[in-house]
Order: sequence, then C-alpha cells, then structure tokens
Amino acid sequence: MTMGAGAFSGKPVRRVEDPALLRGEGTYVDNLKIEGMLTLHFVRSPIAHATIRSIDASAARAMPGVVGVYSATDLAFPPAPALMTLRPGAVRPALAEDRVNFVGDPVVVVVAESRALAMDAAEMVEIDYEPLGAVVDMEDALSPDSPVQYESIGSNVMIGLRSGSDDPLAGADVVVRGRFENQRVAVVPMEGSAIAVDPTGADYDLTVHLACQMPHMIRGVLSGLLELEPDRVRVIAPHVGGSFGGKHLSAEGVVAAKLALELGRPVKWVETRSENMVALPHGRGQVQYVELGLKHDGTMVGLRCRMVGDAGAYAGFGGILVLGQTKIMAQGVYHIPEIAFDVGIVVTNTTPMGAYRGAGRPEAAAFLERIVDMAADELDMDPVELRRKNFIQPEEFPLTTVMGAEYDSGDYEVALDEALRISDYKGLRDEQAQRRARGDRMLLGIGLACYVEVTGGGEEFAEVEVHDDGMITVKAGTSAHGQGHATAFAQIAADQFGVPIEQIRYVQSDTARVARGGGTGGSRSVQLGGTAVLQTSKLVVERAKELVADILEAAPEDIVVTGDGSVGVAGVPSKAITWAQVARTASERGAPLQVQHDTERAGSTFPFGAHVAVVEVDSETGRVVPVQHFAVDDCGVIVNPLLVDGQVHGGLASGIAQALWEQFLYDADGNPITSTLAEYAMPSAAELPSFTTAHTETPSPVNDLGAKGIGESATVGSTPAVQNAVVDALSHLGVRHIDMPCTPERVWRAISDARIGTLPDPWREPRTEMAAFPKEGASEEELERGAESVNL
Amino acid sequence: MVLIAVQVNGTDHQDEVEPRLLLVQYLRETLGLTGTNIGCDTSSCGACTVLLNGESVKSCTLLAAQADGAEIQTIEGLAPAEGPLHPVQEAFRENHALQCGYCTPGMVMAAVSLLEEEDQLTERTVREGLEGNLCRCTGYHNIVRAVLACAAERGMVPGSVS
Repeated sequence: MTMGAGAFSGKPVRRVEDPALLRGEGTYVDNLKIEGMLTLHFVRSPIAHATIRSIDASAARAMPGVVGVYSATDLAFPPAPALMTLRPGAVRPALAEDRVNFVGDPVVVVVAESRALAMDAAEMVEIDYEPLGAVVDMEDALSPDSPVQYESIGSNVMIGLRSGSDDPLAGADVVVRGRFENQRVAVVPMEGSAIAVDPTGADYDLTVHLACQMPHMIRGVLSGLLELEPDRVRVIAPHVGGSFGGKHLSAEGVVAAKLALELGRPVKWVETRSENMVALPHGRGQVQYVELGLKHDGTMVGLRCRMVGDAGAYAGFGGILVLGQTKIMAQGVYHIPEIAFDVGIVVTNTTPMGAYRGAGRPEAAAFLERIVDMAADELDMDPVELRRKNFIQPEEFPLTTVMGAEYDSGDYEVALDEALRISDYKGLRDEQAQRRARGDRMLLGIGLACYVEVTGGGEEFAEVEVHDDGMITVKAGTSAHGQGHATAFAQIAADQFGVPIEQIRYVQSDTARVARGGGTGGSRSVQLGGTAVLQTSKLVVERAKELVADILEAAPEDIVVTGDGSVGVAGVPSKAITWAQVARTASERGAPLQVQHDTERAGSTFPFGAHVAVVEVDSETGRVVPVQHFAVDDCGVIVNPLLVDGQVHGGLASGIAQALWEQFLYDADGNPITSTLAEYAMPSAAELPSFTTAHTETPSPVNDLGAKGIGESATVGSTPAVQNAVVDALSHLGVRHIDMPCTPERVWRAISDARIGTLPDPWREPRTEMAAFPKEGASEEELERGAESVNL
Repeated sequence: MVLIAVQVNGTDHQDEVEPRLLLVQYLRETLGLTGTNIGCDTSSCGACTVLLNGESVKSCTLLAAQADGAEIQTIEGLAPAEGPLHPVQEAFRENHALQCGYCTPGMVMAAVSLLEEEDQLTERTVREGLEGNLCRCTGYHNIVRAVLACAAERGMVPGSVS
C-alpha cells in the first residue's frame, strides 16, 4: 500500500487504543498500586444548609488502621479551585468550615490504611448541625427573602444583568411566549472522580494521577494552591473512564494533595457512585422565559430572553454558562435582528453546577428550537418552512451575529434538506396523518431541530520526533478520555510521513512528557490539537527534506515523502532514504529530527446540523418511546468517520435522555432523591433506538484541517428535536409545550388537560426582581443603583 | 475470616477473606485483576460483570465467600495474553463499540454470556439482554452492532447467513 497524503485521513481507521482496553488493561486511577498508599474517605453533610456546631472525631481517630481524621479546623486546606469564578468572594473551602451548603458537602476526611477501614471510621465521626432554611428552586433564590448562602455577599443573586435591545419585539405582528425548564442533570461518567497523589518520588514534590481533562491546567492550579513550583508537580491523566465536562480538580482532590504533602505518604481517593451523584458538579439547570416576535409571513423580528441560571452551592462555575455559551448562541441559525438577553444567576443549596456535554449550547438550542416550533403552530406554518425562511445564508459567512459570535462557515439549508431526505420527512407526516385519522392509540411525533453551536478556539501545542529506529513520536497538549485522539492524530501524522499508523507512537496527558497543553474540553481537540500535529509534522518533514537534499545532493524542491516510509528524489525510486536513516543522520549532525510547535491562536468554529426525531406516544399512558433518530451533523472536514459517528451516537443518547428521562431532583428541603443509578433515569440499550447518522462537510476556514468539533453537537441537536417530537405528537390536541423530561406523567397530564380543556398557559411572567437588574453598558452610577436594588 | 477456594481464569486460588468482602473487591484487590471495574454501588451499572460458572453476574452483588467453589472468568481470561482477541472483543474493536473503555470489560462479559445463553438474537433481544450494563459514551449503537455481528457469525440472527 502506498501511503502519503490522504492514505489515512478521512478513513474509518480502527482504534489503536482498543486492544489494551478490551483486554482489561486500562490504567484507570483505581487500578494504580503504590507502596504504602493510604485511602481517603469523606464524611459529607446530610443536610442542605446548616451551621456546624461541633465535630467529634475522637472515636474515629481511635479506630484500627486510621492514620488521621481532619476537618477544616484541624489543618489549613487551600480553597477548592473554581474553573471559572462567578463572583469574587464566593469562595468554596475544600472542606466545609462553619457551615454546609448542600447535601454531599464534604466536612471531614478520614485517612486510613484501607478503604474499608476509612469507611468504618467515617461512620464514627459525630457532627452536630444546626439546620438553616434551604433554597432549592433557582427562581426562589432570586427573592431577597431566600435564606442567604454567602452572608458577606448578602444575596443569593451572584450576577444580575440585562443586555441587548430595549424593545426587541417592536414591529412584530405575532409574539409567541414560553417558559421553559432546562432541567438539572447528572454527568454520570462510568468512572467517578479519582485521584492518587504520591509525594515520595525523587523527581517531583508531588506526582498526581488524576481522572481529568486538562492535566497541564490542573498542574498550574494545584501548584499555586499548594505553593509549589509548577515544575515540581507532575500531573498524569491515565485512562479516564469518561468525563463529559465533569472531571477537573475537585475539592476532594485538593484535600488529597494537601494530605499527601502533610503526611509524606501516597494517598488515594476514589469516589463511590453515590458520592459521585451528589459531589460531581451537575449540568444544565436554567429556567428560560422566551418571547419571539414574527411577521405574519414568518419573518422573525426579535427575541427577548429572560433567563435564570442555577449555580448550585458555592457559585458553581456552570452557573455562568447561561451568560456565556447560552447567550452567545441565542440567535442560532436564524436572522433575528433584535435580541434582548437578561440573566439572573443564583446560588442554591444543591450540588454545585458545572459543565456537561454541550455546556450552555444545548440550553440555547433547546429554547430557540422550542419557541420556533411554537411559532410555527401559532402561524399555522410547517416547522420546516418557518425555519427555512429565516436561515442565515451560506454566502453571508464569515458573519458576526447580533450576539457577537464570529460564525466561521455554514450551510444550514443543505443540512436540513439532508435530514428531511434521510428521514423521509414527508412519508413520516403522511404516517402521522393516517394514525390521527384512524384514531390510533399510538401517536406519532416528528420533531425537528436545526442548530449551530460553538467549539474550540485558542491555541495548542504539539511535538513530533523521528527516532533513529524510524519510529515517530507524536505528542499533543490535548488530553483524550475516550475520544480516540491516539488514532486520529496518528492518522494525521502518518499521512505527512507516508508511514503506517503502527509507526506512530502517541503521547498525551502527562505534564512530564508533554511540555504544555490546553487539554480537552469544548470539543476543541481535533481542530486545535489535530492542527498542531499537522503543522508540527509538516515542519519536521520540511527539515527532513532539506537534510535529504543535502545527503543526496539534490535540489530541496525535488525531494518528496515517497509514501513507502522513505524520503527521496521525486520519480527516482533508487534515490531515497528511510526515515530511520534520515533520523540517524540528523542525530549525527547534532540536531535530532524533533520539533516543538505552538499553533497561532485560532477562532472558534461553529458546527451545525439538523435532526429529525421520531417518537411514539401512548395516548393512554403518556409513555414516550424514541423509535428513530436521524442526525445530520456538519463538523467540517472529517479525520475519522468511525470516531465522528461514535461521538454522535453518545451525544444523541445524552440528548434523548435529557428530553425524555434524566432529571436530578431534590425535595423541598434540598434532599437529593435521584442520587443512585437505581433512581436516576440514565438509559440502557433497551430504551434507545439505533440511530441514522449523516454528515454534510462544510470546511472551517479558521484551521488547517478545516475541522470543527463533534463531541457535543449531537447533544445540542437531539435534545430539542426529541422534545419537539413529543409536543408534535400531541399538537393536534392543542398541546403547545411539555417541559423536559417528557415523562409519562407529564405527557399523560397534557393529553388529559387537552381533552378536558384545562391546558395550562405555557407562559407566565418571570419574577419581578429580574426587571431591576442593571443594564450592561450602563454608567457606574446606574450599575451601583441596580446592584443595590437587588441587594447584590 | 472465611477460607475460600475459587478457580479464576483457570488458576486455583485459596484465600482467607473478610466475610463482608465483595467478589469484585476480591478480584481487584486480592488477586490484582483490575480489568473488572466498579461503576456504582447499587448493582445498577454492570461494569463489574464477570462469568460465574459460565453465567454473567455483577460481581458487586456477591460476597467473595459466596463464590467459594466457583469457576470465575474475568475479562483477563477471555483471550490469551499474547494471542488474538476473543471474537466478541474483536467485534467490539471492529465496530468501534468502546470509547473510554470503562464499561467495556463488563459489557463484553455480558455479551459473551448473552451469546451463549440464547439460540437466536435480534436487535431488540440484544438491547434487552444488555439492559443491566450502562455505557455513557457510545449510546449503545455500536455495542449492539458488535453483538449482532457476533451473533450473525454464529448463525444466531434470523435471516443471516452464518
């Protein structure tokens, strides 16, 4: 086989990662054995909001095998790091100090010789709590009367801000309005959080084995918190059992690192699932008040959004996504000339909020695609035609949106046409009409969603070296946790060197072996890490060509990569030398064939697509079964279609699950009631259908590969498509909205209400506090007045 | 302490264990067979699935003491260390049925058991047969394809040619 440009890129190459994982040779943190390693177990608050009156750990300290028991008063732990800070002063201590703020808040840590002994001793710790009132509902937290979490701030509102157009609905013939709940969900990576910290190594003060996405960033954060030199800390992300935005340096991780230093012994903490469900930050969590103004002919004239974002306890960074990714993507794929976007971000006595697959973009697509469907109903237009009429057109790119996003490229109509074609949309509508005409019990729902989202942006590092034996080491600063970078990046490099995939060794996720890197998150890896690998490989090839030209006494421009593992004179097979020989010569001349390279900063890319979801609704019981899902996702140029479809499949499962099943729930006192996998409705294979996937390929102009992110797109597209399908199944009954998750009870209730004429209005006004938020761009004085008015 | 004798992946073991020790902890901590992962604490996720006397069990639902006298097969025992992958492992690789790999050992063992237990398999029965094993990465699509590919190999799929 002749290799070289295009031999591997674009092909469904099977993963190089798989054999080890399939043989049970995964290196997940809990599999690591270090001599003398101690185990941590945390005593967590069983109360959502309380002051800590006293802690008695004397019995626990006396238990066999216990090395130490610590609360915040026993040892000065650094604060828990925040990925993004919502508000100065909203600090989270690593262990709760004088009060607890959610069920699951860690209060005491037990260090013992084994996990069982640590758990036994934790049972013996006595903590006396004085309950305070809890605020669980994010809209209740807007009220100045809600029990305050941060006395120093004096309000549960962390950010209150109005922005954009003053009168976005002016000139509309029709305004449709909806209040939508984008419910809190749990991330549920199959492996929970896990960390092992070794302070005994010779080369580093601390070696940290951490299930995470961004080892280099975490090295910087952790060394800062512990006042160590960054180069004295090594962070390794071994095999990571999924993350989906969830796994970073946690409060518990900081405690583990501090204790390892304090005790001078390796320590390990591996979260149980029951801990994970309440301790790992949750995702989503918005209440969205949305009004869309249109002309009678369907032309959109303006959008008004008033959004409440739940940050959970300690101002979890996920709370800010409503003001970040949700806001910037509010316009979606449409021309909407005027947009107003007001937000209130609050703390509640619930698990802190973080990122979960999509992180702000699914929330944007969900409200926009929902309100567009409501508008189609109101105007009696086909939802396809209403969307088509308002699409941003391909020739308009690059485009700066009303929200300030720099859309790179897109062709929304082509994706929509493809989704309609592969789903036989017209045939589905015919089938729906027939079922309705027959009065079938099983109703058919057809849901449409057109989306655009935002991925990547920034720079990335790569290093490529050709060794004397001809092997090529490729390193990148991204950090895969299931995505398959070792395969995709090897494809990119192998094409440049004209060698088999097996000749590429891939290294990642270790700060001692990869000089720097941005890690993996926001679907950035192929477009940034892949581009870094491509550019660095090209730099190595250029150096090799110069060297070979010199050796063979030929003109550099005549030298080519031959495609059979050599470099030589174009068209003269006898005048070629192998990569091993090139590398040896380079080494002999004192300049090994190795290049480190950082890409220039690149803009974000904007993947897009169109999904058609098909559901069956049992009109007697309200049960919804997703029967088919057609996903057209455009992620620009594809490096490996096998991996891309794998990302789409996983994203679809997450999106369908949010639309139909998953919701993390609390009772009124803040007690979690879905905190095990027996109660939390994560789907199995039995609940999901097979998927039909397709791709249009609109290259991105902002990176050399032309690639866009694909890790989260299918979640963005599928969530509203499925929700719209459920409502569509009932639209002939007059149902206009059902909140997610569309549980049998909610669906049955909507059918029942429709039959007896008691359907609730999908709209009500948001709480009055939101009107008093200061306006973005207002004068200092106005901002101050506004701040006072909401007691900020 | 309780004395147990088990055969794991063809090797006999005798160990004194705490009565409360779970089988999965015995496999992972006592025998060092860390291929079997732990994904929950309510017997919901199936990551710890192994074969006990040929049938799939969640090894977190059994005490090690209950396994006394049993033959156990874990993911490490499915294919020889230096040899080719087991056909189910190979089908998972070929069909991209794994991503992060954490559920994979349990999923593969559940699939091996399902293929042994049934005479015929369809997409529906594969989905129902794997209901006890959760995966967050793949949406199950390629896992189902991989198992159906194995079933077709064995002539277990109605209408397929073996």
